[in-house]
Amino acid sequence: MSWNRKHLLDIESLTADEITTVLDTARAFKAVGERAIKKVPALRGKTVVNLFIEPSTRTRISFELAALRLTADVINFTAEASSLKKGETLKDTARNLEALNADIIIIRHSATGAPHFLSRFLAASVINAGDGAHEHPTQALLDAFTIREKKGRIEGLNVTILGDILYSRVARSNIWALTRLGARVTLCGPSTLVPRVFEQMGCRVTYNVDEAVAGADIINLLRIQHERQRKTMFPSINEYTSLFGLNKARLARTKPDALIMHPGPINRGVEIDSEIADCGRSVILEQVTNGLAVRMAVLFLINGGKGPQEVAAG
Amino acid sequence: MGRFDFFMPEPTVILNASGLQRALSRIAHEIAERNDVSGDVGLVGVQRGGVYLAQRLALLLREIWGHPVPAGNLDVGMHRDDLDQQAAPRIHPTVIPFDITGKTIVLVDDVLFSGRTTRAALDALNDFGRPKRIQLAVLIDRGHRELPIRADFVGKNVPTSLSERIDVRLKEAEGEDAVYLEKK
Repeated sequence: MSWNRKHLLDIESLTADEITTVLDTARAFKAVGERAIKKVPALRGKTVVNLFIEPSTRTRISFELAALRLTADVINFTAEASSLKKGETLKDTARNLEALNADIIIIRHSATGAPHFLSRFLAASVINAGDGAHEHPTQALLDAFTIREKKGRIEGLNVTILGDILYSRVARSNIWALTRLGARVTLCGPSTLVPRVFEQMGCRVTYNVDEAVAGADIINLLRIQHERQRKTMFPSINEYTSLFGLNKARLARTKPDALIMHPGPINRGVEIDSEIADCGRSVILEQVTNGLAVRMAVLFLINGGKGPQEVAAG
Repeated sequence: MGRFDFFMPEPTVILNASGLQRALSRIAHEIAERNDVSGDVGLVGVQRGGVYLAQRLALLLREIWGHPVPAGNLDVGMHRDDLDQQAAPRIHPTVIPFDITGKTIVLVDDVLFSGRTTRAALDALNDFGRPKRIQLAVLIDRGHRELPIRADFVGKNVPTSLSERIDVRLKEAEGEDAVYLEKK
């Protein structure tokens, strides 16, 4: 058991032991979600703020429900309906939230490093719910949780991440988490979206999609992040679908027990064939269920460790 | 072993293996005596110290009553009242493989001390249903209660000072059955 962190800012700085602690804790919280009474008083009296400067539905709802099931009070804050529109800076917005005695601030922002920035001056704990194309730590944790639950282990598995890697914070966080836990990670997609520089993170890069999925135990599909692409990275959606989309012909060449994952939202008929998204090997909806358990675990762990021990540890 | 362990006082044995067995056996008979309707009784061990004790009591009661007695285990980590004062506790599985509603639940723990764990256990149990009544069985009652809680069944009362520590060791986890009193 090891968790003495006040913030969850990224996966890159976590040890394998810390990641495993989150996964083990999440298992207990998943069981809570299966009971008739799905609520525990672990964060009673705490205030959690969802500070979402970039649109999100599933992550925000997941964090909100996680906090509610821990009996915290939750404030939802979206950029559209806020003073950010009136020119307030992120720092001032965060300081105002803290003046309301918020204990945990969950931030999503289009700028890389925004959570790290807040953590430097806020007394509250900060959880990164996605910062630009940098990291999305809880997504990687829930993906790792799902893989471990389904396969019984992570070490030694072949995980292929297919799609828009360059603009994907999910890919970066997954690469850090999975390689740290001993998986072999292969990245595949159009060469413009999967630069070779990712090999420096300890994974393999290939542009041959049939080869990338053939030996995979896990196939994690990523959506094309149109909102982050400043120029055309490939000729057309149709070409992407025919070259890199997961269709039945490609699925037939994979291992029969390979799992299909997707962080959502899925674009049916683009990166994934509609029938495959609903097939028995798809764990896409289980990822959503597990996401709730993982976020409860993260909130629970972050909430601890603020006592004398933590102060002493610096 | 640290190099100054030589100076540490020897722990005192409070219960040896046969003493621990006798204490459990007596608790089982007291539970049987208190509860006429044996089919209504379920045992719930508090993680971690109470889990193996609950399983052993279930076997002893099975011999007394001649039918199986359900046993589960309960983690109280999410219901503690000191969660923001220390690092988050490790959470162990909660498995209660029977419906507690309408039953007589015997909560089982190894040591009764401040009573705060028992309070958390009562809260945690509440999320699983509404028992007809809840009774408390502990192997050791060491005093120093901070809440109005008392045990219905006690293996041994051990007056302690706050600087002392009770170490319950069970075969299933530590390889021996014994209870020690140690100076901190």
